[in-house]
Amino acid sequence: MTKVATRDAYGDALVSLGKKRNDVVVLDADLSGSTKTSKFAKAFPDRFFNIGIAEQDMVGTAAGLAVAGKLPFASTFAVFATGRAWEQVRQSVCYPNLNVKIVASHSGITVGEDGGSHQSVEDIAVMRVLPNMTVIVPADGPETLQAIEAVAEHKGPCYVRVGRNKVPTLFGEGYTFRIGKAHVFNEGRDAAIIATGIMVAEALKARDLLSQEGIDAGVINMSTIKPIDADAVISAAKRCGAIVTAEEHSIIGGLGSAVAEVLAESAPTPLVRVGVKDAFGTSGDYEGLLKHYGISAENIAAAVKEVIQKKKSWKS
Amino acid sequence: MAVTPEQLKTLKEKARRVRIDILKMLTGCGSGHTGGSLSSADIATALYFYKMKYDPKKPDWKGRDHFILSKGHAAPLLYTVLAHAGFIEQAELCTLRKLGSRLQGHPDSKYLPGVEISTGSLGQGLSVANGIALAHKLDKTPNRVYALLGDGELQEGQVWEAAMTAAHYKLDNLCAFVDNNGLQIDGPVAKVMGVEPITDKWRAFGWEVLDIDGHDLAAIASALDKAETVKEKPTMIVCRTVKGKGSKVFEGKVEFHGTTPSKEELEIAMKELSEETVCK
Repeated sequence: MTKVATRDAYGDALVSLGKKRNDVVVLDADLSGSTKTSKFAKAFPDRFFNIGIAEQDMVGTAAGLAVAGKLPFASTFAVFATGRAWEQVRQSVCYPNLNVKIVASHSGITVGEDGGSHQSVEDIAVMRVLPNMTVIVPADGPETLQAIEAVAEHKGPCYVRVGRNKVPTLFGEGYTFRIGKAHVFNEGRDAAIIATGIMVAEALKARDLLSQEGIDAGVINMSTIKPIDADAVISAAKRCGAIVTAEEHSIIGGLGSAVAEVLAESAPTPLVRVGVKDAFGTSGDYEGLLKHYGISAENIAAAVKEVIQKKKSWKS
Repeated sequence: MAVTPEQLKTLKEKARRVRIDILKMLTGCGSGHTGGSLSSADIATALYFYKMKYDPKKPDWKGRDHFILSKGHAAPLLYTVLAHAGFIEQAELCTLRKLGSRLQGHPDSKYLPGVEISTGSLGQGLSVANGIALAHKLDKTPNRVYALLGDGELQEGQVWEAAMTAAHYKLDNLCAFVDNNGLQIDGPVAKVMGVEPITDKWRAFGWEVLDIDGHDLAAIASALDKAETVKEKPTMIVCRTVKGKGSKVFEGKVEFHGTTPSKEELEIAMKELSEETVCK
């Protein structure tokens, strides 16, 4: 199985976009080697602006470039793009509804060894709450490529979350990404796992572990968190009667919350959220952190069993 | 290129009318920022009626110069000059801050043509101006970019990030103003959080700095001319101003930062403004 980090796919997507469109400009805040905007910087030095370690200014500058008709992509680590510069994203990008794309790397726990100061487990929540903002978390390299092309075509603010580590390639040439459209790997009967980003690969592993025990779990890739594909959530709830969400983000405000909102209003269904449980991060290697936070494939499989128990107790 | 005596006369009359309209609008609305709208009135008048290129019929005209009101609370001033420049009808001014109005409490580019970007949260406008200036550098287009900041606003850290960026990218198509009226909501800037020496700071950040009387329209016009000749660096025009300039009712009074005149105060101010004593 090939493995590609979604940040690498982002860098490649920018270069290909830069060849097609002269209006594409890229900004970074001194992390271009890490976010892979360096690939664009090398190919199109005139259209790349390093703003230095000044994320607030970077977002404001991106807004100005958009005012002047450019298509800016602004990148840094997720914790800085969405945390340090949150109010700039709100006031100068979302409020005036400008065509600015924030693509942040080293999201969630993928920044690993750098520890809790750098691990953003809140970014989806704080971007999702902003009016006009679209939030996308691609699952693998090919989906990242398509997502970047899609946000370039979409008029309005977008947040795309990419990761540091290499992740298995899940999608082939036949796959088409659409903003706001979930992808159903398999429908499942006993429970459905709705996962996002790099947790989709973990969800697929969990599904295979469960099938050895005779449990039929569906897997849905919810790569657009906002606007969420409510139809996909509701039909999974009606089909399986039990839902697990999986994200490497806080269970407060992220995918789990977005799914819970749909379920509570439209299809009340037992739900277990797998994610970071209201905690800051800690240093460690990626695999170790997955276990530390309780978000590995084994944890997802255990959550599926838990939600099936809930389903039974709801019925009785 | 220097401002002619006829132009100066027209500008002075325009600034007087702008102040009268600001005060009428604010009194009618009963809420809004009086002091900072009046202190910046001559700067905005010189920009819109002496220097900037724009087409009110085509607010998105590609050849336009850009103005960013970073101190967004001076929205009444921006709306008034936009009305005088023909972007909006004069009658619309009385809708300020009303439900459904395009004249929001702070400028909103989604609704109002001629507003380049929504502002209101201080410290963000210079970064936006930089972005626009970078785009024109990239396209090798001659458009110029103007931004207006408050002196209290200089307390925001992002301003200094943007100051670095403008100098780093040699944005000589950018010209900014500081309305140095010395007052902010909680009192004198020097007492709340000192920002002086303002001119030295901008010079140290690599800007061309001019220090002028911000109510002297000839001086503003000449500074704007000078800024166009500066190469390889942005220009900051630091304007010594009086908060509430235009009537003794408001001048230098911190309480008029965010409050509006009563009908009686408006009457006194109208009398003073009709005497052509506003601008030298």
